[in-house]
Amino acid sequence: MRYGTREVLAGLDFDVRAGEVVAMLGPNGAGKTTTIEILEGFRMRSAGHVSVLGTDPAHAGEQWRARVGLVLQSWRDHAKWRVRELLAHLGGYYARYATPEIPRPWDPDELLDLVGLRAQAAARIGRLSGGQRRRLDLAIGIVGRPELLFLDEPTTGFDPAARREFHDLVHRLTDRERATVLLTTHDLAEAEKLADRVLILAGGRLVGDGSPDELALRMSGQAEVRWSRDGQRFVHPTDEATRFTRELFAQFGESVEDLEVRRASLEDTYMSLVREYEQCGP
Amino acid sequence: MRAVTTVTTARAVRGTGPVRLGIARGRIELKHSLTYWPDIVQTVVFAAVSLLVLFLLRGHHVPGTSFSLGSLTLPSLIGMNLAFSGVLGVSGLISVDREDGTLLRAKATPGGMQAYVIGKVTFTSCTTVIALAILLAVGRLAFPGLSVTAAGWLTMAWVVALSLLATIPIGIALGSLLPNPQYIPLVMLPFGALTAISGIFYPITHLPGWLQGIGQVFPMYWAGLGMRSALLPPSLAAVEIDGSWRHWLVLLVLAAWAVAGLLAAPPMLGRMARRESGSRVAARRERALVRPR
Repeated sequence: MRYGTREVLAGLDFDVRAGEVVAMLGPNGAGKTTTIEILEGFRMRSAGHVSVLGTDPAHAGEQWRARVGLVLQSWRDHAKWRVRELLAHLGGYYARYATPEIPRPWDPDELLDLVGLRAQAAARIGRLSGGQRRRLDLAIGIVGRPELLFLDEPTTGFDPAARREFHDLVHRLTDRERATVLLTTHDLAEAEKLADRVLILAGGRLVGDGSPDELALRMSGQAEVRWSRDGQRFVHPTDEATRFTRELFAQFGESVEDLEVRRASLEDTYMSLVREYEQCGP
Repeated sequence: MRAVTTVTTARAVRGTGPVRLGIARGRIELKHSLTYWPDIVQTVVFAAVSLLVLFLLRGHHVPGTSFSLGSLTLPSLIGMNLAFSGVLGVSGLISVDREDGTLLRAKATPGGMQAYVIGKVTFTSCTTVIALAILLAVGRLAFPGLSVTAAGWLTMAWVVALSLLATIPIGIALGSLLPNPQYIPLVMLPFGALTAISGIFYPITHLPGWLQGIGQVFPMYWAGLGMRSALLPPSLAAVEIDGSWRHWLVLLVLAAWAVAGLLAAPPMLGRMARRESGSRVAARRERALVRPR
């Protein structure tokens, strides 16, 4: 993918299996939004092969569109409409794409219960709070019971409680509907919590691909052992946490207190992969 | 059991088409507009200003006749309003919908763009006819000499329908070209100039020939002429070009604009919509936030 002469995505190659929840991570300008917009069919690519639900999104029709749901970074549309009114109206577009396996659309009242907006059913959309608006966006994203759902930085600007609620909602959704989800985020804890698999992008290239645990294991060499002895705190980074801890106990026995072994987190892996990329270049 | 399943499936697959969804969309937007006070104020102010202008012209006479200039101008104003809502109204709605992401939402929904356009056409037609009815109702009470015959109603029906058909596609095309709502005045200014040479507030025959020529290229003049022919007594045709209502030319010019617009607008809207994406809408918002007001 190129913008003019600047190449923004190169050698990006990944598959997402049906039912998987995949998070795309990367610093600003890494190409996450470009990638997701190509997959959504909203952006034309300069080269390469893309297949989403068996179709090239650049040439996909309305039938394909009916199987895909979107929650973008921030919507302000339909501010004059009422919550339930818009949900029921937009659901109507999916009715003709219902199949015996996938009844479409979702019942608007059921959906309002699911996202916790029953009390706001008759409210003007322009009057919703930020968190309520995002929950409505999610409801609209799934009203057609999509087989594939794109979430582009869905919790940006959320307070911790709203974020927690949103995560629970996505969990409920993926458990119940077995939808495939591709999300982008800056929040590593969010990726760790929601995703079966994490893709890390840096400079338009894929620098990491695996489950959060697998990625963290790559860094397992750098565990951190913390303990206190006689009221003094100690921190020791080590390659072999188990052996170090055994030796620690052999030497000091019962005087070792508050022992804590911290394995590398997804954040550590992320930071090291991105830093590695930035230092060595493409 | 099997039979039940089949029936359900057949009904579900048929579903609702973009035309019905679009009309439903237009109806809902109309309901919002009629209950949203800034929109109500706008409609009322427009009608009030129009009627005030007519009232001020009341004492003047159409040159060469004893007919009130106010009565002559009422149908012309209705014609102007047809062009206004078709071109300015629709292009404004589209550029606002583009800025707030309503258009992107339509694009993300199966059949959404078709229904979006049908919704806009429905909405604009309804609001225009409502404004026309208000002007006509109040105008006929306040101004003598406006009598509508059965043939006049028929003429009004086809002139209104054809004027909307000629102007809404222009509005869609212009709306697709405007980068954001801040550019709406760019469409408004030439529109004001066009009003001056379209024989709305004064008979076009009193303008220099070359201005008459330019005025007659655009649909506004013909919408006004059509409305005058529907609402005024036949003798008033004397102050028009050729001393006639020129119905065939009204039909022909408006139909030509309709055909040209219907050919040009969909690809232009399609081209604009194809380039819409979440990041574009977000980038425009960022710019809108730093833009001085």
